[in-house]
Amino acid sequence: MTDSSDRLVTGADLARVLAPARRPSPPGGLANVLTFGWRALLKVKHMPEQLFDVIVTPVMFTVMFTYLFGGALAGSPDAYIQFLLPGILAQTVSFTTIYTGFTLNSDIGKGVFDRFRSIPIWRPAPVVGAMAGDTVRYTISSLIVLVIGFVLGFRPEAGAVGIVGALILLNLFGVGMSWIFVVLAMIVRTPSVVMTMSWLVLMPLTFASNIYVDPATMPGWLQAFVAVNPVALLVTAIRELMSGTATASAILAALIGPAVVTAICAPIAMALYARRR
Amino acid sequence: MHDASSPAIETVGLRKAYGDKRAVDGIDLAVRRGSIYGLLGPNGAGKTTTVRMLATLVRPDGGSARVLGQDVVAEADAVRRRISLTGQFASVDEDLSGTENLVLLGRLLGYRRREARARSEELLAAFGLSEAAGKPVKDFSGGMRRRLDIAASLVVTPELLFLDEPTTGLDPRSRNQVWDIIRLLVRNGTTVLLTTQYLEEADQLADRIAVIDHGRVIAEGPSAELKASVGTGVLHVRLAEPADADRAAAILATRCGDGVLRDGDPRRLSVQLADPALATAALADLAAVGVALTDFSLGQPSLDEVFFALTGHPAEAAGDGQPEAPE
Repeated sequence: MTDSSDRLVTGADLARVLAPARRPSPPGGLANVLTFGWRALLKVKHMPEQLFDVIVTPVMFTVMFTYLFGGALAGSPDAYIQFLLPGILAQTVSFTTIYTGFTLNSDIGKGVFDRFRSIPIWRPAPVVGAMAGDTVRYTISSLIVLVIGFVLGFRPEAGAVGIVGALILLNLFGVGMSWIFVVLAMIVRTPSVVMTMSWLVLMPLTFASNIYVDPATMPGWLQAFVAVNPVALLVTAIRELMSGTATASAILAALIGPAVVTAICAPIAMALYARRR
Repeated sequence: MHDASSPAIETVGLRKAYGDKRAVDGIDLAVRRGSIYGLLGPNGAGKTTTVRMLATLVRPDGGSARVLGQDVVAEADAVRRRISLTGQFASVDEDLSGTENLVLLGRLLGYRRREARARSEELLAAFGLSEAAGKPVKDFSGGMRRRLDIAASLVVTPELLFLDEPTTGLDPRSRNQVWDIIRLLVRNGTTVLLTTQYLEEADQLADRIAVIDHGRVIAEGPSAELKASVGTGVLHVRLAEPADADRAAAILATRCGDGVLRDGDPRRLSVQLADPALATAALADLAAVGVALTDFSLGQPSLDEVFFALTGHPAEAAGDGQPEAPE
């Protein structure tokens, strides 16, 4: 785009905008976080394609696995989708957490974070706000997967209650786990490295799990891994929520992973962020 | 603590090292309020690191720095309330529109939604960006982006504005617009610290200049004085025969003094002139002994020549165009 107006900045205009207006009183930390959340939403609005990157794989897997293996694994595609869809939801949100780190890393690489760091705001606000905005991303991608599921015949027994419960749990999980990628974003140089490393973390977590098949037929060592895999624990809890058989212990088990990750990674991320290089 | 009489910037022995590299190696500055102060130096000289320390982004390793009377380490938050920084790389969000960028900052600084919007419109209009307000910044031209960047620094009028290489990479017309803005800012009471690689820019804008090399101030003073110390101009000649270089250099030195500068190209010679009239005499001397020239020109001293005049060695770009602050 070229600069169409030849109008130079005039002294009168500038004098007017520079006139010492009322200096606004600094807002609180929560207000800062909400503002950064708004910024994250604007990014989703301007670049919806980022959302599609994350959703295409799960949607493809859902459709493919349902018809390819549904009959063999569960007797019919219709029976299999009841089993598969909660797993796909967990997978989708897990993949979406990558973008928290990805966008943060591109932000840091550009000058805009310097500006945020040079204005008087609650210091963690840019990071915490971005994570808060990402919950909208988790919710949107979960809803898209749910719609595909409904089209393919997914009918959760617990109905709307089960779905809302699952969405809340998915968001808590997403926010908690994304601290890993926030730390990664602060250490690694480029967004594409964040991406590659994140896939390396997430691939084993999502495939060596109970998303696609019941782990009963896996070798013992793999079953042992699945039993403690936070993604698998999340899948179990979501299946229970969707079928109306949720137990407190399953939900708590699903939250242990994100809680531990947050306890370890959040302080590290904040220390890295505050570091004045 | 911060009475109006304290200088805008006061540093004593400011230091910052990255590993073995002493990026800033004992810088003393005193910047008067209401003035434009220029930090002039090549890439990697320590300008950006100095600005980042003053803008509270980087913690100094040693020395002290007070901005508007407040310490940049102990009173960082208070300093942040009174300054703005326009970094070397666009410090606006490329994915958002011009309006969204300014509203974002307005909200962060405490304006209500409606006030932030009004402020954004007012700033965009003043900077001739109203038409492009709704477009994503990544579609802006370099000059428009720079103006938005400066507008973003004025969402709340700062007492002190840091501009890190505000015109690097801009075309001449955009550069002149940015210069106009800077002059107007100062006329309206803001103090400006700018860094630049161009002597002309420092000379055009700054009341005082500090020349920085290898993290140290190698010369400081009002721009007129500094320029006088470099001489009034430079004669550049291009030889037809590279073999004539030594002979030509000797002749130029005899006529014009010791300031002969030779760069990598053996055909090119430059010499500083105490008086522009020496140029014609020097050219006549070369012609008289049969040194043929393909080209000559009389120009303002470049940064290289300033450095040569001040240090006796040419400016070496330590950073090959990369930002100074390592990851």
